[in-house]
Amino acid sequence: MSDVTLTIDDQPVTVPAGTTILKAAEHLGVTIPTICYHQACTANAICRLCVVEVEGWRVLAASCVAEVSEGMKVRTRSERVERSRRTILEMLDSAVDISEAPAILDYLPGYAVDRERFPQAEKRDIPLIDDNPMYVRDYSKCVLCWRCVQVCAEDAQYTYAINFTGRGFETKIGTFFELPMLETTCVFCGQCVGVCPSGALKPKRQWLFEQGLTPGEIMQSTRTEKRRKRG
Amino acid sequence: MLQPDRIVPTICPYCGVGCNLELHVKDDTIYSVTSPFDSVVNQGNLCVKGRFGYDFIYNKHRVTTPLIRKTHQVPGERAQAFDLAEWRQVSWDEALDYTADRLVEIYRRDGPDAMAVYCCAKAVNEDNYLLQKMYRSLFRTNNVDHCTRLCHAGSVVALMQAIGSSAMSNTAAEVIQSDCFIVTGSNTTENHPIIALQMKAAVLKHGAKLIVIDPRRLELCDLASLWLPLKPGTNVPVFTAMAHIIIREGLVNQRFIEQRTEGYEEFARAAEKFTPEYAEMVSGVDRNLIVEAARMYASAERGAIYWGMGISQLSQGTASALAVIHLALLTGHIGREGTGLNPLRGQNNVQGASDMGAMPYHYPGYMPVDDNSNAARWEKTWNVEAGGLSRQRGLTTTEILTQAHPGGVRSLYIMGENPMMSEPNLNLTRHHMQQLEFLVAQDLFINESGAFADVFLPAASWAEKDGTFTNTDRRVQRVRQVLTPRGQARPDWQIICDLARSLEARLGRQGTAYWEYAHPAEILEELGSVVPEYAGVKYPRLEQGGLQVPVWDETHPGTPFLFGESFPRGRGKFTPLEYIPSVELPDDEFPFILTTGRVLEHWHGGSMTRHSRLDELYPEALVQINPADAAMVGVENGMAVRVSSRRGSIVLRADVTEKTSPGVVFIPFHFAEAAANLLTIDALDQQAKIPEFKACAASVFPAREQELTHPDAQVVRGRY
Repeated sequence: MSDVTLTIDDQPVTVPAGTTILKAAEHLGVTIPTICYHQACTANAICRLCVVEVEGWRVLAASCVAEVSEGMKVRTRSERVERSRRTILEMLDSAVDISEAPAILDYLPGYAVDRERFPQAEKRDIPLIDDNPMYVRDYSKCVLCWRCVQVCAEDAQYTYAINFTGRGFETKIGTFFELPMLETTCVFCGQCVGVCPSGALKPKRQWLFEQGLTPGEIMQSTRTEKRRKRG
Repeated sequence: MLQPDRIVPTICPYCGVGCNLELHVKDDTIYSVTSPFDSVVNQGNLCVKGRFGYDFIYNKHRVTTPLIRKTHQVPGERAQAFDLAEWRQVSWDEALDYTADRLVEIYRRDGPDAMAVYCCAKAVNEDNYLLQKMYRSLFRTNNVDHCTRLCHAGSVVALMQAIGSSAMSNTAAEVIQSDCFIVTGSNTTENHPIIALQMKAAVLKHGAKLIVIDPRRLELCDLASLWLPLKPGTNVPVFTAMAHIIIREGLVNQRFIEQRTEGYEEFARAAEKFTPEYAEMVSGVDRNLIVEAARMYASAERGAIYWGMGISQLSQGTASALAVIHLALLTGHIGREGTGLNPLRGQNNVQGASDMGAMPYHYPGYMPVDDNSNAARWEKTWNVEAGGLSRQRGLTTTEILTQAHPGGVRSLYIMGENPMMSEPNLNLTRHHMQQLEFLVAQDLFINESGAFADVFLPAASWAEKDGTFTNTDRRVQRVRQVLTPRGQARPDWQIICDLARSLEARLGRQGTAYWEYAHPAEILEELGSVVPEYAGVKYPRLEQGGLQVPVWDETHPGTPFLFGESFPRGRGKFTPLEYIPSVELPDDEFPFILTTGRVLEHWHGGSMTRHSRLDELYPEALVQINPADAAMVGVENGMAVRVSSRRGSIVLRADVTEKTSPGVVFIPFHFAEAAANLLTIDALDQQAKIPEFKACAASVFPAREQELTHPDAQVVRGRY
């Protein structure tokens, strides 16, 4: 495959054609912030935090999917980029509980995020779903990065138990017909838990442990152990 | 937000895939498991057992103090004691002294043949090496075996005979490089879930063709180009008919046959009678499917075969595995990337336990025990007088129990195994266990076998000790201590060293075989000094990922695929085969073929998973029966049914489903309250001594709901 030379923040870099801007920047040691992007998932450019400015392009480009081209001039921290990222973070923060999303929290100071910018914004308030023995789903914390849906599908498990439901502000991750997880095709591999960036998906043991239960008490709360106690 | 005190990398304790784990620990509690996304083995993916199934270590039924039975057990009347009230809590000193006294008493009186030990495919390499060393060097017996006998013994014998090596020839992740692969006798999605993900990707992302040859309509059939639903026990005719087609249609790799194999002519003559028509008649598989499968595999650029217990757990297990191996020898689909002969090993460390010599015919490194020069090498290593080690082949797992009678085996040491769940025909196994004079159990829980013991030695779990596992594709990986052992539990290798010293003192053996290890690394060092395949496997080298044995020296990078140039025995050997049906065939009284296996959520005898929250997902035994059969016997989905064979009878719920073929019923063997192995037949493969778990005759009748042990243990699941 042929190579392509471009500049990123005025530094020249040569990478194979087909490389994304995000990966090309990595070559140079330039870190572009991401939320939805994950090394194990197909990039989908959902969160838009990784946007960069490409000279001559009308709109900002999502660097996780935009491929490099010869002579391209990329700016990863222009004022327009910075403002865009800041707004994304402020909007996300206004609607979602990001208190357990360490990577996102880490971005806030660097982009001078004003956490009070949208005081009237409605916070998503979705009751926690505790419908299976393995993990809990707290969609108030969901940033809709789509990673869980992807690993449940072709990016890992080919199980297709979950997907997007609803539209706009009502969009969330759910099962078909809102079925309890046990009644879906879910095999409880927890690939989804493994890629969740914001604490929306959590092992049930961890959730109980956080509430102060001891490992012994957590074990005793299972149906099997209760039955064993009786019998 | 919870912040871990530490995140410790280690290896999954369940299946042979050997997934890399990261255990997140706070306050000496594991609360979450993740996996590194750059892992070669599992790329960050885990299954339900690996991700959520570690909590058995916290179960309050776990025994963490040494125990001695209160009432003296008499051979013939030995009884099970599950209740702690029947045991006395003792100190480690008392437990080990008692064990040493009783073992030495029996050894002095009845000699080496009265002693026997089950090593453990769940324990680390170092534990297994030491346990076989203790029995061989101190009790001078080769009555050493482990559960490999019950899973892949047929494959091991066949592979040794045909090519001279019994391990998986290729790396599991190479499946994406195959353009055609056969999966047979393996429900890979449930039993090697992460390899199954790679298989799915091979088909869906890399365009490989998949051929499933299995009596059950497995999940993989959804992706298969061909599914050959054969009757259990008819592998020899089906695979040999494929060979017949490959030969008849000139699809053989002539050059490979000439340069790398022997016995072809004789084999080809014997295969003449295995026409697809004949195979269809005995196996029930449409002849056209057999022809198509043969063409598809033989004409592939890179063809691979993956197989499981459906090949080996038969009275014709060795012949079945040979029939499979022949296909690779005919086509030359071996010795290159994306090809190979790949028996999927069940346990996390069954490859390792076998490598460590936990077998009755072999010292570590597969050195035959009846060869003088091998014995002499180990005599030197273990400081045993010349001629001291036994040159006599020992008893296998199954034989150890059948020989449990006066004049035969009198004492048995069980490390982590559970024959009272995993042996065939459990009523007979129970009878044999009762005949023992002395039984030691070293485990986490008092399981169905440990309940028969005189002394219980509480072992540390996999998260509480250091060591190494060798996975199904021969990768030696580092197991790390994450927690302090619960209670007084101790790592197996330490228990063995202490006991061995006590035994040595009592036996007055000259010199010492050496039991003063400070760390498991030194144990592996000792093994590597004699076994060339492990010569280069050193702990510091395992810090960054594992090493695939053979690793010939300290700079050797390991061996991703085997047999590129030649086979260990030189030429690959064809063996003419005959079809001999399973020992017990269906008849009017027992009209179904019962086949057994496992489910995703559970593990073997259930010592671990049934003490874990995994049991919440799959809390009761289910028998799969085809709708046509169910209608015939008047059974509806979810109904209680009684399944019986000539040996026993169990009551469990019916899962009426097309996942099993007409005439074949399937029961997983994890459930003590409806133990499938009460029904299975104790017929053995004559060469490999592996029992015929995959085929016996059974009947199914409706039963009453009250006959179920736990009628309330029911979960509605949507999976597969």
